[in-house]
Amino acid sequence: MGSDEKFDCGRRRLMAAAAAAGSVAGVAAATATLIPFVASMKPSEQAKAAGAPVEVDISRLKPGQMMTVEWRGKPVWIINRSPEMLETLKKTNAKVSDPNSERSLQPNYCKNETRSIKPGIMVAVGVCTHLGCSPTANFRKGVESGIDAEWAGGFYCPCHGSTYDLAGRVFKDKLAPDNLEIPPYKYFGDAKIIIGEETKGA
Amino acid sequence: MSIANTKLGGLVAWIDERTPLTATWKSATRLAGYYAPKNVTFWYLFGTLAIVVLVSQLITGIFLTMHYKPNTSLNESGIPLAFASVEYIMRDVPWGWLIRYLHSTGASVLLILVYLHMFRSILFSVYQKPRELTWLLGMAIFIGLAAQTFVGYLMPWGQLSFWAAQVIINAFSQLPFLGQDFTIWLRGDYVVSDATLNRFFSFHVIAFPAALLWLLIHHVPHTVKDIRYFLAFLIVCVAVIFFRPEAGGYFLEYNNFTQANPLQTPQHIAPLWYFTSYYSILRSITYPLFSIDAKLWGVLGMFASMLIFALLPWLDKSSGKTIRQKGPIFKLALALFVVAFAALSYLGTVPTDPQRLLLAQICTFIYFAFFLLMPIYSRMDKPRSNEGRGAR
Ligand code: FES
Repeated sequence: MGSDEKFDCGRRRLMAAAAAAGSVAGVAAATATLIPFVASMKPSEQAKAAGAPVEVDISRLKPGQMMTVEWRGKPVWIINRSPEMLETLKKTNAKVSDPNSERSLQPNYCKNETRSIKPGIMVAVGVCTHLGCSPTANFRKGVESGIDAEWAGGFYCPCHGSTYDLAGRVFKDKLAPDNLEIPPYKYFGDAKIIIGEETKGA
Repeated sequence: MSIANTKLGGLVAWIDERTPLTATWKSATRLAGYYAPKNVTFWYLFGTLAIVVLVSQLITGIFLTMHYKPNTSLNESGIPLAFASVEYIMRDVPWGWLIRYLHSTGASVLLILVYLHMFRSILFSVYQKPRELTWLLGMAIFIGLAAQTFVGYLMPWGQLSFWAAQVIINAFSQLPFLGQDFTIWLRGDYVVSDATLNRFFSFHVIAFPAALLWLLIHHVPHTVKDIRYFLAFLIVCVAVIFFRPEAGGYFLEYNNFTQANPLQTPQHIAPLWYFTSYYSILRSITYPLFSIDAKLWGVLGMFASMLIFALLPWLDKSSGKTIRQKGPIFKLALALFVVAFAALSYLGTVPTDPQRLLLAQICTFIYFAFFLLMPIYSRMDKPRSNEGRGAR
């Protein structure tokens, strides 16, 4: 009799252990089944590779003009800011939420007042830091701009109304939290810019 | 006519008795013998009509899939294949325009019906015990439909398709625990691209419809089968499709007749009317609070405004089962909510300015107050029929 009871206890323990092991195995198996499906949705190698640097000729970009090129599927703006336009940055300093670009994205060599390598030429990713629309350039001044009387030129996001100054710095109390991203870029001579390649030793 | 009618009725009853749906419902609920009284049948109709439209969406969808190409590469005239295939359906496929309009208008009609169905649910507090689960299933269907229309909206690969996907996918990156990696996974790329269109197509034609059908089977308690209502409804729908298929830009936006351009956002972007109230809420929250960015608050507000309906069974403490038994305070609150919802929906279709922003902020406040204060004000009303309960 006694040996029977012992045997039963042992069997119960064995069954409990088997059940526990079984459920652990089950969960593991379910997770293992999910992995290939979830992983299949990640960007392909092809998508990861599509990010080659872009060469841009800026010799014909006159002061006050702007051009847009595509880099990694995103719009990148190149703006030739006139001295007058650069002057406005002093006035907007107090009105933007991150004047020194402390929390914004830019290469170190562009973390300065104009957010650029050469003061006049600005290069920025034209993607709003709120939810990713592409803001519209509006270089007109004051009421004529249709934005407000103090407008000194800049960018207006049509999606939820965030505004940026001529250095891509976002104005206070807008939905966008950060300044426009500045991509890595370097000069190749005076007339060419390569977007997507770092400037070394700057 | 009357013979045909009774024959049809007989057939429906025959099927009804033999479907597991009715059987499960009858055995599982205390409300088995419950039928809506004649005078409120009208309010109970929307759910049934929504199912009819959903079936129509499935059928038209099958035929659209035969001609549509989820492909963003450019054809020889420089137009993305997806965009070109939709134009092809509209111009060259015999009756293609009709099928496409049925499908695009159907989406709007479906959402109208779903909103009316939700409205009557609040009106009659149908979610109260023991129907919380039915209500939650219904909410899941609502969210599923929102997701379904959202991914479907990308299909034509127009300007608004592209930018709507861009904004909403980025909104997900703001949610706690999800973040940037999640959005890259969801897009299958670092930008909205061909990979995104293909998976959205897969969701739109397989995954979401399957999930919706499953939910529907578990949600629907009974349907209204009054042929006259269906006829009236059909006439209205046919009239819209033939005379105003785009409904002045509300059902199909004009900007979406331009092919997607990832480098330029259109001057004015707004989602279709059924999402504009949530979109307004997103735009209206412009203050950082508790050291959290306005950006995150806006996104949280947008998602919360859709999900908060699910809490109604636990927020509504009123004992009146129908609007007639409910007190004036509840009625007033509901009326205010409907006005706020309509105002937000309108404001979401137009660009903002300071006055509109203020109005949207007030309406956002009313929107959430309706839900969050409900446990308080729904108790304040004294029930008319049942004096004893509310006396405390
Ligand atoms: S995306 Fe620019 S303000 Fe929202």
